[in-house]
Amino acid sequence: MNYFWDLFLGGLTRGSIYALIALGYTMVYGILQLINFAHGEIYMIGAFTALIVASMLTMQGLTGLSVLILATLVAVLYAAAYGFTVEKIAYKPLRQASRLSPLISAIGMSIFLQNYVMLAQTSDFLPFPNLLPQSNFLDSISSVIGPSDFIIIATSTVVMIALTALLKFTKMGKAMRATAQDQTMAMLTGVNVNRVISRTFIIGSALAAVGGILIASHVGRINFYIGFNAGIKAFTAAVLGGIGSIPGAVLGGLVLGLAESFGTGYISSDYESVFAFALLILILIFKPDGILGRSSQQKV
Amino acid sequence: MKNNLLFRWTLISLFLLTFGTTSIIQAADTIKIGIAGAHTGDLASYGLPTVKAAELIAKNVNAKGGILGKKIQLLVEDEACKPELATNVATKLVSAKANAVIGHICSGATKAALRTYKDAGIIVISPSATSPELSLSGQYPNFHRTIAPDDTQARLVADFALKTLKLKKIAVIHDKGDYGKGFAEYAKIFIEESKDAKIVLYEGITPGAVDYSAIVQKIKYSGADAIVYGGYHPEAASIVQLMRKRNMKTTFISDDGVKDQMFIKVAAAAAEGVYASGPKDTTKNPLAIAAIAEHTKAYGIEPGSFYLNAYSAMLAIVNAIDKAKSTEYKAVHKALRTHSIDTPLGKIKFNDRGDAIGVGFSMYQVRKGVYVELKQD
Repeated sequence: MNYFWDLFLGGLTRGSIYALIALGYTMVYGILQLINFAHGEIYMIGAFTALIVASMLTMQGLTGLSVLILATLVAVLYAAAYGFTVEKIAYKPLRQASRLSPLISAIGMSIFLQNYVMLAQTSDFLPFPNLLPQSNFLDSISSVIGPSDFIIIATSTVVMIALTALLKFTKMGKAMRATAQDQTMAMLTGVNVNRVISRTFIIGSALAAVGGILIASHVGRINFYIGFNAGIKAFTAAVLGGIGSIPGAVLGGLVLGLAESFGTGYISSDYESVFAFALLILILIFKPDGILGRSSQQKV
Repeated sequence: MKNNLLFRWTLISLFLLTFGTTSIIQAADTIKIGIAGAHTGDLASYGLPTVKAAELIAKNVNAKGGILGKKIQLLVEDEACKPELATNVATKLVSAKANAVIGHICSGATKAALRTYKDAGIIVISPSATSPELSLSGQYPNFHRTIAPDDTQARLVADFALKTLKLKKIAVIHDKGDYGKGFAEYAKIFIEESKDAKIVLYEGITPGAVDYSAIVQKIKYSGADAIVYGGYHPEAASIVQLMRKRNMKTTFISDDGVKDQMFIKVAAAAAEGVYASGPKDTTKNPLAIAAIAEHTKAYGIEPGSFYLNAYSAMLAIVNAIDKAKSTEYKAVHKALRTHSIDTPLGKIKFNDRGDAIGVGFSMYQVRKGVYVELKQD
């Protein structure tokens, strides 16, 4: 039972990270029907920025929670700026082009960002400091749940609730939903579609940065390539849950994380990725639009 | 069509050219040593240092009057690490009446060429072919090497875990790559054979995965005292950190892929106490220092891969011919096994399988942020 519980929590932790990144994929897809392959790189850039800021602050003599908060803040802003810029440079000029062009542009952007970070920083792995605070409160629950697992799950939950609230109750959220439903109609009713798209990228990138920081401090290492694997898994999670659907991305991330964790725990870690993708294929066979995806009629 | 014809003619003329240059055989009575390996292509950087080492030693020996009153003549042949070319090279060296061969460089090419040499009774010493089956199978008594075969590392780690640390329950984890999995498979076999310890877990992980918590949990619940990990440092660093965060005191033992300063840098405090095997430290060996200085003086650059191994192989064959007072197969074969010689790799001679005794790996442990070589008998 204990083993089950540990695996469950491990899966939940991993799943929350997948979900945080998957939200970015699904939001962009919902509005632009574009798969933003550079999203994994934004996650990596978020983690890298946090690492740089954290080392600078630590050198200044700061410790503990203040480092975490400041580093996260800077990283989120930085990643959001990257997301915003990527959209302006790589996708906006192609808004009227065929659907394949922005996809190619996204792949190009992903390769560019990876190599840019490799050249500007290093191709080696770097140690990532454990920014997650160690407090007495966390020690007391450590028999039930690991401190970093707890922080990751709690932070992701808070962030996801905040996002849902933003989409449901604010004017901006309403505009986003309208744009997702019908871009032309939203424009006619006075929604500034370009601004909505920019904001979508900013929010998605900020979420990815949070995910990047959380997982990097959990695993303790980072390099320019971490975005690739995380991006692929998160994209899988988004498709699994039904791409374009916000609750779907969260559910997809959690299901994927749990499947990998239990697969490793009860069968073998040799097949970790096999479980993830076998699950994806199974679900797509029975529900081609994903678990929570709405079936959409393709215009011919 | 025309292009095609031109291409063919170019190929044929190139072919004739290479034949023309290499088949000049001197009439004078010399001791002929074949140097075979990759001197062109992707893997040339593995083969060329061997040529340099052989040239330097041949020059030194010839300056002192040669061995048995004869000068050494080198027959340098390129096979680009391709097995199909290696057999051609072997046939060529046999017909050129080579007395011994230093090479080949890659395991595959070496294996392909060995039969030809064996039938002709030619001693072969490879500076770099590490595939265990070359010496283990016993098919090639003419084969020797001055590098440790892949399984010695696993053997050393298994012995260290069982005899020095006296561990009872071991989890063997690898990264599914050729190197890591090969190491893990051998380690598993050696541990199982000894019957002193139980393998409680044998699994592969995915390099570059987002998180390794699940496998760490699995190790924890397997009740293992120690993990033997086959793979490279990035994944090892993550696993060790996750284990220490969960207050797991499990001993971590790994291979040369982890014996890297980057591992300590990334895993930081968690790296402390980790064991890893790595090639024996030769940086303090005066012969190694001299051999490297010689290369730098002659060629103006630092030597490349397997230079010291090739240097030692060449020294060993020269010494064996000298001690045997003959180039006859049986005498040299015996001399290689009975007379040890000081080389840049330490004092070596060869065992029955043809592997050099005294060449190989040591265990290292991370102590205060550096790998320290553990002395053992």
